[in-house]
Amino acid sequence: MRTRFQQGLDELRQKLLRMGGLAEQAVDRACQAYLDRDLNRCQMVLEGETQINVSEREIDELAFDLLAMQQPMAVDLRFILAVTKINADLERVGDQAVNIAERVIDMVSLPAVELPVDIARISAAVSAMVRRSLESFIEAKAELAQAVLEMDNVVDRMRDEAFIMLVKAMNEQPEITRQALDALLVARNLERVADHATNIAEDVIFWVRGADVRHNVPQEENGPQPVQRAATETR
Amino acid sequence: MGVGIQVENLNAWYGKSQALHDINLKVEANHATALIGPSGCGKSTFIRCLNRMHETSPEATVKGKVKIGELDAYNGTSPTQLRRRIGMVFQKPNPFPTMSIYDNVAAGLKLNGYNNKKHLDDIVERSLQSSALWEEVKDSVHKKSGASLSGGQQQRLCIARALAVEPEVLLMDEPCSALDPISTGKIEELIFQLKEQYTIVIVTHNMQQAARVAEFTGFFLLGRMIEYDKTEKIFTNPSDKRTEDYITGRFG
Repeated sequence: MRTRFQQGLDELRQKLLRMGGLAEQAVDRACQAYLDRDLNRCQMVLEGETQINVSEREIDELAFDLLAMQQPMAVDLRFILAVTKINADLERVGDQAVNIAERVIDMVSLPAVELPVDIARISAAVSAMVRRSLESFIEAKAELAQAVLEMDNVVDRMRDEAFIMLVKAMNEQPEITRQALDALLVARNLERVADHATNIAEDVIFWVRGADVRHNVPQEENGPQPVQRAATETR
Repeated sequence: MGVGIQVENLNAWYGKSQALHDINLKVEANHATALIGPSGCGKSTFIRCLNRMHETSPEATVKGKVKIGELDAYNGTSPTQLRRRIGMVFQKPNPFPTMSIYDNVAAGLKLNGYNNKKHLDDIVERSLQSSALWEEVKDSVHKKSGASLSGGQQQRLCIARALAVEPEVLLMDEPCSALDPISTGKIEELIFQLKEQYTIVIVTHNMQQAARVAEFTGFFLLGRMIEYDKTEKIFTNPSDKRTEDYITGRFG
């Protein structure tokens, strides 16, 4: 057993989980800020971005060191590659949370209006995707990750519905255009978060099964399925 | 040109102790195939069965079929005939210490009765060029002894000696384990170039080396070949848990 290497992998995993927690919290706070028109929460999201960026760099540095110093193979190599990609996705999730917070700050400066969009419903679906993608990483379970992929279409449909309804509202009530535009951008930001959760799930499947499931490439083209047991031991 | 190697149900023993169990393997011609595994797993025994060196050990026996191209190694072929077609390079460079560089390379040919000086000169130069040693020794092939060269040069001299008899297969048993990184790099580059003309089977403890030089890799454990596949598959996504445990350092 390569103790030092295993300690490095454990540290990488812990750092990514912490990063995942920060990104998840940022999205939840931004959505709650939208629903409550809460500027304090917006401020917390903006301030939290620095911590996410610092974490991103720390994770990349550690992954780079492990690749250079330990020459990882097989499941360990796939794990480190997956972590670096998940890391980048989580940082982008943090960016999307900041974008939402900025939209909320703009909205709060305007009169509150009724809008034909259920942001609470979209955010609940997106938060569930982020949470489950991180759970699939924690548990090293490709089945959980697969379920996240299947949720992405649902969020895409919600975004499309929001777009249609909000454009219609803007046409009918031009005086609410700015608020509707803010809501539309929030729906789009949430849909992007869902895309990042999907990417995370795909990376977990790559780590656990060694299969590249991106871009809907049929499974047969990815070759035979390897042993899944090995991935759980990297945890 | 190199030839393929076909191994069927190969078993080997040292006395009553069985070292290899039912090995089946098809080595592709003009490719490098690496054999990896922990010490004592049988990988060196395996390549020594390919050129019938195993049977030179006391009480060693072999059962099974080995075909080098169309030549049946254990049926109607003498060890000498076989070894003319299979060169071998060992872990520790073993040049003939008192012979010149030239005589080291020409030794195998002379043993086989070649004595045409012009012909020998051509083969010695070509072999030393093939082993990437010619430029370093061309002015001293008659003056310097094999033992006066550095370890890396000695190993390339041994490769030249093996190539001089124009084999089709080159067996390498941990050829870089006694060499520094620069000499190792030269041997690895050489393996890359030599496989255009020869079929190469290399035993190595260095998994990064296997990944760098070989298109195919076999993993041996306790005398059995656990997995054999394209090298990139073995090192990124092996099919057998035991292979994965070994290459990720979880045992061995």
